[in-house]
Amino acid sequence: MSTTLDMAQLDLRAVNTSLQAAAKAQANDEFVIENPRGSHAMACGLDGAIRVTVNGSTGYYCAGMNQEAEITVTGSAGPGVAENMMSGIVTIEGDASQYAGATGHGGLLNIKGNASSRCGISMKGIDIVVHGNIGHMSAFMAQKGNLVVLGDAGDALGDSLYEARLFVRGEVKSLGADCIEKEMRPEHIELLTDLLARAGADAQPQEFKRYGSARRLYNFNIDHAGDY
Amino acid sequence: MENTPNTLPRQSWTFSNDTNSEIRRAADTGIYDIRGGGAKRRVPHFDDLLFLGASMSRYPLEGYREKCTTSVTLGTRFAKKPIELDIPITIAGMSFGSLSGPAKEALGRGATMAGTSTTTGDGGMTEEERGHSEKLVYQYLPSRYGMNPNDLRRADAIEVVVGQGAKPGGGGMLLGQKITERVAGMRCLPVGIDQRSACRHPDWTGPDDLEIKILELREITNWEKPIYVKIGGARPYYDTALAVKAGADVVVLDGMQGGTAATQDVFIEHVGQPTLACIRPAVQALQDLGMHREVQLVVSGGIRTGADVAKALALGADAVSIGTAALVALGDNDPKWEAEYQKLGTTTGAYDDWHEGRDPAGITTQDADLMARLDPTEAGRRLRNYLNVLTLECQTLARACGKSHVHNLEPEDLCALTMEAAAMAQVPLAGTNWYPGKPGF
Repeated sequence: MSTTLDMAQLDLRAVNTSLQAAAKAQANDEFVIENPRGSHAMACGLDGAIRVTVNGSTGYYCAGMNQEAEITVTGSAGPGVAENMMSGIVTIEGDASQYAGATGHGGLLNIKGNASSRCGISMKGIDIVVHGNIGHMSAFMAQKGNLVVLGDAGDALGDSLYEARLFVRGEVKSLGADCIEKEMRPEHIELLTDLLARAGADAQPQEFKRYGSARRLYNFNIDHAGDY
Repeated sequence: MENTPNTLPRQSWTFSNDTNSEIRRAADTGIYDIRGGGAKRRVPHFDDLLFLGASMSRYPLEGYREKCTTSVTLGTRFAKKPIELDIPITIAGMSFGSLSGPAKEALGRGATMAGTSTTTGDGGMTEEERGHSEKLVYQYLPSRYGMNPNDLRRADAIEVVVGQGAKPGGGGMLLGQKITERVAGMRCLPVGIDQRSACRHPDWTGPDDLEIKILELREITNWEKPIYVKIGGARPYYDTALAVKAGADVVVLDGMQGGTAATQDVFIEHVGQPTLACIRPAVQALQDLGMHREVQLVVSGGIRTGADVAKALALGADAVSIGTAALVALGDNDPKWEAEYQKLGTTTGAYDDWHEGRDPAGITTQDADLMARLDPTEAGRRLRNYLNVLTLECQTLARACGKSHVHNLEPEDLCALTMEAAAMAQVPLAGTNWYPGKPGF
């Protein structure tokens, strides 16, 4: 069953209440949201396998803390899309602003356009696939999960990186502190093949380079103070 | 020459033994000193204020007969389910990881028995804490370690941490020796590595963004939970005003005596303002916005006695929060561990290497043998007793000032012993009707 929620008629609370109730009921429903008009905090806090299509663009924190739901934004998404996502799939047909997927623990964030700065900041297990480019300081302090970029990456990629894996097909303007290029081993090809397939990305895993932590900053060492 | 009197060896005030020892330590190690706790320097504090008490123009209340109530409700501005506390004293945020599981359990037990709330910390919510805390505030920190929507929903309030008094503008570091498998698992990081807690939130910057972040948190939690905003004692007037503007239900204001698990000593001692200096500007901001008592103010940083509680309330706070004092009540820095403190190169009352994980009292550690030293039931009982004493002391002083509720205490009930305290608290210097900066003088 597909239900249309028109934000020209309904306010944010009413829309989120409907979505959250359906998700909680595990109703496997489909929702279409019309006239989102850049609203903030849209479809956040969903905890169940429903499908939501937002026809238009959203403001901050769309799909924040998502669990299990599949959310598609047909336009672009404002800052912090899918922040702290736990599971599910969030797809952005357009571009994403800053902090996309910040601190996400799980699930797939699939950005068909570009993502701005700090994409995947402090990510904790989420998979992010960006079909276009990403901005500076992306994957800053990224702890766990995978960030795949089909285009280019801006300055200071992976600064102060922990155990997250970064795959970039295009140019990397610069690497951040403690981030280095690493060997692409068979298990990484396998992982990347799966991620690209799940994201519907038209690319071959062999075209990518892998970046990860040099692990030199994991325990404070005065001799490395200048690296920070 | 033998009979020539000598002057006594004279120590330098500038180059004291303490200072010189730090110079030698720095020269040996090449790294700044990291420690736990709050500012140790002497700063103007609640000790520099006195209550005037009742007299010809004020009626006292009978100590053992007439009521002086202590309840407080936090989160009345927007939250559907504000927190009702029996006493105006809460337990401050302290992380699991920094503290042991039994210590977190003890905090929950003690607070619950006393009718008040506990607070999580960096590292997420543990079952020990949730299970033993009837009212639990869930901190939303820059690191987002352990942050998840399920715990957000089972919290009783959410505290967005912008800063803390020990280190306004600073993040934190949990050193590798305290990162056990359990701690690492909750933080999604490898065992044994230093875990940096960021100084800024990853997905918002400034009060305009914070307003939207608070909206998101409310939408995720059905607008039920009170949203606190915790600020360090930096610019209390503007920070409070901006927190209110961003939509806070409660402002938590932490002065420089407030503790931390681990930060550079230079940061703790040289950044931020004393708690006493922060309260009146924060209250003024609330009053200027017409939000005093509508947005509740919780003050922390160096609260030790019921007198401190009463004085903070008299200056306009709705409640106080304790951290270091709660740990001492549990057993931190207890003289019974003196021999072990000596082995660590310190002494009772001075032990502050909480980050090293070797706490003889079993509180600031993840070592299984040390943790086992703390009985959470007994430690919880001690905390309950301590909270009860703070409350009784606060009531005693309020009754002496003729107040039937501790919130009826007011600045007019106070005088100051020093010029500095008079200026900061904006109450008259004892024996005068004047304080520095008073309009009209």
